[in-house]
Amino acid sequence: MTTLLSVKDLSIAYKVGSNDVVAVSNSGFDVPKGTIVGLVGESGCGKTTMARALTRVIADNARIAGGEIAFDGQDLAALPEAKMNALRWRDISFIPQSAMNSLDPVYRVEYQIMEVLRDRGGMTRRAARARAAELFEMVGIDKGRLRDFPHQFSGGMRQRAAIALALALNPKLVVADEPVTALDVIIQRQILDQLRTLQRELGLSVIMVTHDISVVAYTCDRTVVMYAGKVVEDCDTATLLNRPLHPYTMGLKNAFPDLKSAGSGVLTPIAGSPPDLADPPDGCRFAARCPFAAELCRSTEPAPLEVEKGHIVACHRASEAAQLRLEASKPQTWEAMA
Amino acid sequence: MPEAAVIRKPRVLSRVFSAVRLPVGDPFAVVGLVIYALFIVTALSAPLIAPYDPTEILYTENYDLASDLLPGEEGHVLGTTSLGRDIFSQIVWGARSALLVGLTAAFMVAFIGSIVGLLSGYFGGWVDALLMRLADVAFGIPFLPFVIVISAFSEPSIWNTVIAMALVLWRDTGRVIRSQVLSLRSRGYVEAARVSGSSDLKIILRHITPNILPLSFLYGSIAIGWAILTEASISFLGFGDPDAISWGFMLQDAFNSQALARQAYHWFIPPGLAIILVVSAGFFISRGYENLLFPKLGR
Amino acid sequence: MSDSLIEMTNAQLHYKVGNSISAMMGLPSTVKAVDGVSLTLKRGESVGLLGESGCGKTSMGRVLVRLEQVTGGSARFDGKEIGQMKGAELQAFRSRSQMIFQNPFDAVNPRYSIRRTLEEPLSNAGIKRGEWHDRVIAALELVGLGDPEQFLERFPHQLSGGQLQRVVMARALILEPEFVVADEPVSMLDVSVRAGVLNVFRDVRDRLGLTAIYISHDLALVRYVCERTIVMYLGRIMEDGPTEDIVHAPLHPYTQALVAAVPTPHVDQSHAPLPIGAGAPDPRNPPSGCVFRDRCPLVQDRCASDIPQPRKIGTRLVACHFAGS
Ligand SMILES: Nc1ncnc2c1ncn2[C@@H]1O[C@H](COP(=O)(O)OP(=O)(O)OP(=O)(O)O)[C@@H](O)[C@H]1O
Ligand SMILES: Nc1ncnc2c1ncn2[C@@H]1O[C@H](COP(=O)(O)OP(=O)(O)OP(=O)(O)O)[C@@H](O)[C@H]1O
Ligand code: SF4
Ligand code: SF4
Ligand SMILES: [Mg+2]
Ligand SMILES: [Mg+2]
Repeated sequence: MTTLLSVKDLSIAYKVGSNDVVAVSNSGFDVPKGTIVGLVGESGCGKTTMARALTRVIADNARIAGGEIAFDGQDLAALPEAKMNALRWRDISFIPQSAMNSLDPVYRVEYQIMEVLRDRGGMTRRAARARAAELFEMVGIDKGRLRDFPHQFSGGMRQRAAIALALALNPKLVVADEPVTALDVIIQRQILDQLRTLQRELGLSVIMVTHDISVVAYTCDRTVVMYAGKVVEDCDTATLLNRPLHPYTMGLKNAFPDLKSAGSGVLTPIAGSPPDLADPPDGCRFAARCPFAAELCRSTEPAPLEVEKGHIVACHRASEAAQLRLEASKPQTWEAMA
Repeated sequence: MPEAAVIRKPRVLSRVFSAVRLPVGDPFAVVGLVIYALFIVTALSAPLIAPYDPTEILYTENYDLASDLLPGEEGHVLGTTSLGRDIFSQIVWGARSALLVGLTAAFMVAFIGSIVGLLSGYFGGWVDALLMRLADVAFGIPFLPFVIVISAFSEPSIWNTVIAMALVLWRDTGRVIRSQVLSLRSRGYVEAARVSGSSDLKIILRHITPNILPLSFLYGSIAIGWAILTEASISFLGFGDPDAISWGFMLQDAFNSQALARQAYHWFIPPGLAIILVVSAGFFISRGYENLLFPKLGR
Repeated sequence: MSDSLIEMTNAQLHYKVGNSISAMMGLPSTVKAVDGVSLTLKRGESVGLLGESGCGKTSMGRVLVRLEQVTGGSARFDGKEIGQMKGAELQAFRSRSQMIFQNPFDAVNPRYSIRRTLEEPLSNAGIKRGEWHDRVIAALELVGLGDPEQFLERFPHQLSGGQLQRVVMARALILEPEFVVADEPVSMLDVSVRAGVLNVFRDVRDRLGLTAIYISHDLALVRYVCERTIVMYLGRIMEDGPTEDIVHAPLHPYTQALVAAVPTPHVDQSHAPLPIGAGAPDPRNPPSGCVFRDRCPLVQDRCASDIPQPRKIGTRLVACHFAGS
């Protein structure tokens, strides 16, 4: 399978006063053509920062401090803005996490969608109108509501409008930041199925930032786990969920409620909070919260290694993973850290 | 507090500053800004620049009335009027009245319009209905005749003219600000402030007004040009303040003295040109500013 | 003091849409976002509100915190009609009831620092300035933002989505209200943080007797914090009862579809098509009779003519002519 997007050693820093908050630090992953890749991790770990860097819509105090983003033979990190802009919508599109906010309150929804279709897609007014209706159908909104203003939409409807907009011109890659958070399970399912259909039929690739393990399980072929600005694990989704190698990934599973298995027992959070990204610790960034931290972990940072074919992990104790998984499945292991 | 002291200015603030920022990207606006700068400097330092009192009747060295001198004669850069007044000094002082009229009218229009827009948009209901009916009435009023009538029936003074203008011109500002407020009112943070118990006054002052100031500013700046032009027309038609030297007054003076027939170009071209320059400069600036505020929807 | 805090009786919220021209063309002029809802919440009760996107969940919440007033029927808080409160009573209501907004990116003033955002309710409630700092810090810690000092002087766009969402939550909880409408309060939190925050919710409920409506599309989470669940569809209540019962044996055909569609965190889950298609009808033009009928697998003739009224079936209220039979 050819690689559509390859992120290497990417670092992104926010300037906050005289400090640099390095929200993504020397991290990378690959997106093979025609796959859906999940990007998961704790709130504030740098998922949005990563996603925005890929489309180069970064905050104005942010800077790409290093690394490259190879997309279709071009390095997006170094591309002049004009060329980057030509790629947006048509080759790469973006669904921001603030999708509910991404429509302009002053214009009707239809106008805003047609604007993209006509400006970027070169469509005629009539074709654009037909396409807009088709897109709304795809995301399950009655096309009669195209003429509404954004404030007349519910939160989920606005989010769906943003999804429709991202799919408007059949891009090669969609970078979607929490695209289905506000949607009920039935519509969520419809949209995820839609993405899979586009993946199958048009070879669409998707990077899907999400915190919802069941969305990952349902949709993503591969999954990348980030912690405090670093990629800590990267492999196919089935392996990630069944045989995780990184203790953080193991912890995630305990915190996830599963409706279809018995009992509504207490969820076990991972105690503590992530390190200050302006002054990250030496050694493993997860060490302060990891029940398995050893001496080495606090002094030396673990490098990401491909320990099995296609399974990358950054943990000193990855070789003992089978044993650790067993312990990680017991709530006491994590409660002891609180 | 580790980072507290060193946080940079937020982007949103700079966005507001960019709204109040000058539209230097647009060449027309730049020309306008240069003209305006000259105009303001002239108006402010009129007593220093003008060689004579603009109303003083001047005499030549031979004690003749210094009337109808051509530019350059007897050291009068632009010559003199039939009454023997120095045209250049009148132009310079005229800039001062124009600036005064423009700024006061702009301020009044922006102020009244913003208040009306805020009240109407925020409270809705009968407040809105009442104020918008008033705006409709103001829209129905023919602008120039109204100002003429008011100026004619009240004591002739620049201020009455300015007030008459403000009474009509607030309507555009009011409408535009009202619709802006309507959309701001449904923003989440405004609703959140309501739910957390902020009073209407607090919400209007803290959460809404900062967002409409750039608009008030824009409409105020548009009003400057209108005010100058209107004041000139009123004075030209003879309803102006006879004691105030303005460009419109100069035109009227020239007209009454048959300057046109006598081809005394040096008399009526300078005030005419001054009006055209300043008014069009004003429009260039507001247009540039508008583009800055409302960039074409596109991404 | 009666033991019910919230009472809605046949409450309606119809938004006006369109203009005189569309009205002349005979187009519908209202969106029936909430249409005849009756329910009672006891003090200290946490109720989950579930339903399809656009079915009126937020609208119902907005009525209860008085961002919107009912256009028909009644909605009461502590015995008083919410829309008719005035003056001091309204002021008191404002600190007794709060809302956690669905869209955190819009719910905080972009010009306000986090500190100022959180101080606003304190100042409105007349809390002494000297206490502000400590309460702000405490509220941020409560919602799991460790090391809160680092956030105080930041502005909203300098926070991640999940961090901002917790700021919004902190603002709602800072006055220790009696009643909270939590509109998708943890939608942007990853599971490990979310578990912590949900535990806080349970804790606040037990400690302060908080009454809460918890809007979410995530049944698993609703089940974690709410003993009772209400399922809405197109502005109406379809099913109302103990969460466990609804999860294990949903009675209404819509609830059944909803429960069946819940994805699991396992890769081998079924990708079989759902029992119902997606896409609710337009709330401007709801179907006659049962609003669910054009997607219902059990539909019969009677469903088109008679509006099903909520019926008591065991522990539950169900609005369906044929459920349970
Ligand atoms: N403009 C900014 N200036 C300074 N710091 C920022 C800025 N934007 C984000 N950050 C910080 O960078 C870190 C990463 O933020 P990011 O938005 O990438 O997180 P995230 O993984 O998307 O989290 P979430 O799941 O909560 O959305 C956070 O700690 C955040 O506070
Ligand atoms: N101000 C408004 N004017 C007109 N229609 C509105 C307005 N606000 C909401 N609506 C409509 O009312 C219906 C219910 O909206 P509401 O926001 O309550 O849905 P919701 O259940 O919260 O959905 P979601 O889960 O997507 O947030 C929707 O059809 C919406 O488009
Ligand atoms: S390197 Fe050490 S501290 Fe880090 S995750 Fe692995 S075991 Fe835990
Ligand atoms: S009343 Fe009829 S249409 Fe409605 S849910 Fe029951 S069976 Fe289905
Ligand atoms: Mg994010
Ligand atoms: Mg909602």
